[in-house]
Amino acid sequence: MNINSSNNQHPQLTGAEILWATLAGEGVTTVFGYPGGAILPIYDALRKFPTVHHILTRHEQGASHMADGYARASGRVGVCMATSGPGATNLVTGLATAMLDSIPMIAITGQVSSKVLGSDAFQEVDITGITLPVTKHNYLVTRAEDIAPTVRKAFQVAQQGRPGPVLIDITKDAQQATAAFSFEDAAPAPHRDHPMLRAESTSIQQAIELILNAKRPVILAGHGIAQSGAEAEVLAFAERRQVPVASTLLGLGSFPVHHPLALGMMGMHGESWVNHAIQQSDLLLAFGMRFDDRVTGNLAHYAPNAKKIHIEIDPSEISKNVRADVALIGDLKTILSTLLPLIPASNDASWISEVNAMKGDAAVRDIINLPDNGHLYAAHVIHDIWREAVAAGRERETIIVTDVGQHQMWEAQYFKHDAPRSLVTSGGLGTMGFALPAAIGAKVACPTKDVWVIAGDGGFQMTASELSTIMQESLPINIAVINNGFLGMVRQWQEAFYDKNYSASPILSPNFVMLAGAHGIEGSHVSERKNVTPTVTKARTGGKPFLINFQVEKEDGVYPMIAPGAALHEMVRRPQHDPLLETAEDE
Amino acid sequence: MLHTFVALVEDKPGVLTRVASLFRRLNINIVSLTVGESERPETSRMTIVCEAPDHAAHRIKASLYKLEITIDVDEMGRSEAVIRELCLIKIAAGPSHPNGQQSRSQIFELANVFRARVVDLAPESIMLEMTGSSSKIEGLIQVVTESGYTILEVSRTGRMAMRRGMHTSRVLKALGTPGADTTPTNAFVRPPNPEPLGDDILPNQFDDVHEEEE
Repeated sequence: MNINSSNNQHPQLTGAEILWATLAGEGVTTVFGYPGGAILPIYDALRKFPTVHHILTRHEQGASHMADGYARASGRVGVCMATSGPGATNLVTGLATAMLDSIPMIAITGQVSSKVLGSDAFQEVDITGITLPVTKHNYLVTRAEDIAPTVRKAFQVAQQGRPGPVLIDITKDAQQATAAFSFEDAAPAPHRDHPMLRAESTSIQQAIELILNAKRPVILAGHGIAQSGAEAEVLAFAERRQVPVASTLLGLGSFPVHHPLALGMMGMHGESWVNHAIQQSDLLLAFGMRFDDRVTGNLAHYAPNAKKIHIEIDPSEISKNVRADVALIGDLKTILSTLLPLIPASNDASWISEVNAMKGDAAVRDIINLPDNGHLYAAHVIHDIWREAVAAGRERETIIVTDVGQHQMWEAQYFKHDAPRSLVTSGGLGTMGFALPAAIGAKVACPTKDVWVIAGDGGFQMTASELSTIMQESLPINIAVINNGFLGMVRQWQEAFYDKNYSASPILSPNFVMLAGAHGIEGSHVSERKNVTPTVTKARTGGKPFLINFQVEKEDGVYPMIAPGAALHEMVRRPQHDPLLETAEDE
Repeated sequence: MLHTFVALVEDKPGVLTRVASLFRRLNINIVSLTVGESERPETSRMTIVCEAPDHAAHRIKASLYKLEITIDVDEMGRSEAVIRELCLIKIAAGPSHPNGQQSRSQIFELANVFRARVVDLAPESIMLEMTGSSSKIEGLIQVVTESGYTILEVSRTGRMAMRRGMHTSRVLKALGTPGADTTPTNAFVRPPNPEPLGDDILPNQFDDVHEEEE
């Protein structure tokens, strides 16, 4: 519909039409949603806006994860939609997932008419109250004329500063009423920087001093690098000062994995040399990361001899978990661009060679060359998916979307992410059931990329109904189910800390290939190493969705592992008898 | 220790919930919270007193700033401020009191000493109104009780705080003069920013945006 008006007469539109026109104006082309009573006027107006494609999900939680995956893969704002009451409450897990990982996302919910608000009307729920702690901000809109300015403001809030999800609850009468619409007039005031972002050249000076005096610096590369688009600046910084780079889970892909300064993932399941480098460091450069408990281990023993420079956009993160000696608050790209010209190059390679020595032969352990003992290990599967992509020249054109658990950690260890936004995973909230719907969002955002779902047999079943969405939208997504008959990470913890009391962790699954077949999706069972790569190639090149059920070793564990309460260097190594024995010296 | 924050927030439904919810999430107990209109249109000023560890002040302040409805936050810990509380106290006094008619005059005397005002006189009760620091209010309550009078009701506003002298908030300065003809018609459109928040654009240290002036 024509929403442009060259004269001063703004067109009178219904609230529902204003919503779509504003979304379209903000560049939205895809909305993931599920209709219902209180949002019917909005769905009725959808046909007038052919530039917006609506994807019907099978559950509102799926819609929220799809919008999230869309945003993570593309960097654009993801939009999801649900009706009032149960539709709205089903979004909560997805909003919390996006909140914990700072994902820009807009959720639109229908609400009962403003005249009956608060009367326990049919399908009424106080969704702005419920989502208060899991959104960056939320709005209740009761008048048609407020829709356009609210939506435009919401896009600003979702993206500016530290990004996050925003929910807009629109009453049915606001959707039905009419108001004058002008996209331009609804523009919010320019974003004002956080008042605590205060420039002080003394802090920059202090930072430079620490950097120049450091002998054993380590960069902690977080999600903020991708959020800020600072990949080039981080690379330049690391190279100029010869600083090794350790990544958080969400930081993977933001630093080229094949670079000699790339260390790999830190934290609870990080490689031993990465955590040792951090513990022995004399300067930690935290770039857009928040010292989550999964990356620090016991805080009392965390990097005891290191000064900390924390570059972070959210002032409330400073000294929250780890005290910062120098805090540089603001956009990472801007700050690094300021710092870089002020820092002379260093060619002191002594520290990096020391770190490399710590890798020992653990760095070159080659699980591919292990003799085939008839067992299939998840690590093999994931490594082979990566090697297959590399062999096909698709390494940087592949997005892996993982669920949560053992396979997520193996993926982080064995799939070498070289490109930004090539790993989509729920890091902060750890939401099982995330992978399948988030992959749908990622594929819609990046249709030319190869999108793989890697999920466990447990998490996959949480949102498996979204297979129908893949079918309805004909999305060529590849699905690898890492099937070990257990809720694997729970089982591993029960093995380590609960005396092998496998309480409620064995899980029976349907025949996933037949389940895929019921959705018209082709599939294959793989239980032998030699069949992994050919099946992966078949899936990747088929141009259609494909599910592979990898029947893997049942009681495998993720190593190294730092037990809760232990210091970062006190890692538990893979037991000696295990065929995937690490060849590095045991600690 | 006790922290006192003064926050300028939007005057809209749900704003109090957002502030209160923040403290609940941080698991910090609010000792007192007062809200009222401010010198700016559509804006309330809140004084929040809470019990939290010394080092928590920065994080609380930064978290308050993160709320979209927050315009400005000041922490009173580091500056000279006037802190006041308003209190209403109802005391049993009158002819049936053991001290008889004298009870009234004794209460009047005590009130005089503490500069409290009598705002209601009923046959068997007296209501006093008093403003002052919390310790002064507690002093009056203690003396009244120890003099053998029964306190029937106490209602206290909790602390309100304001910095002494001229001080500027770079945030408020950037927002322009209060009450001027800048009330936006669109609730989301704030007046244009006449000057940047800092002279230089280097984002940096954890700093107070409020500055003392002579």
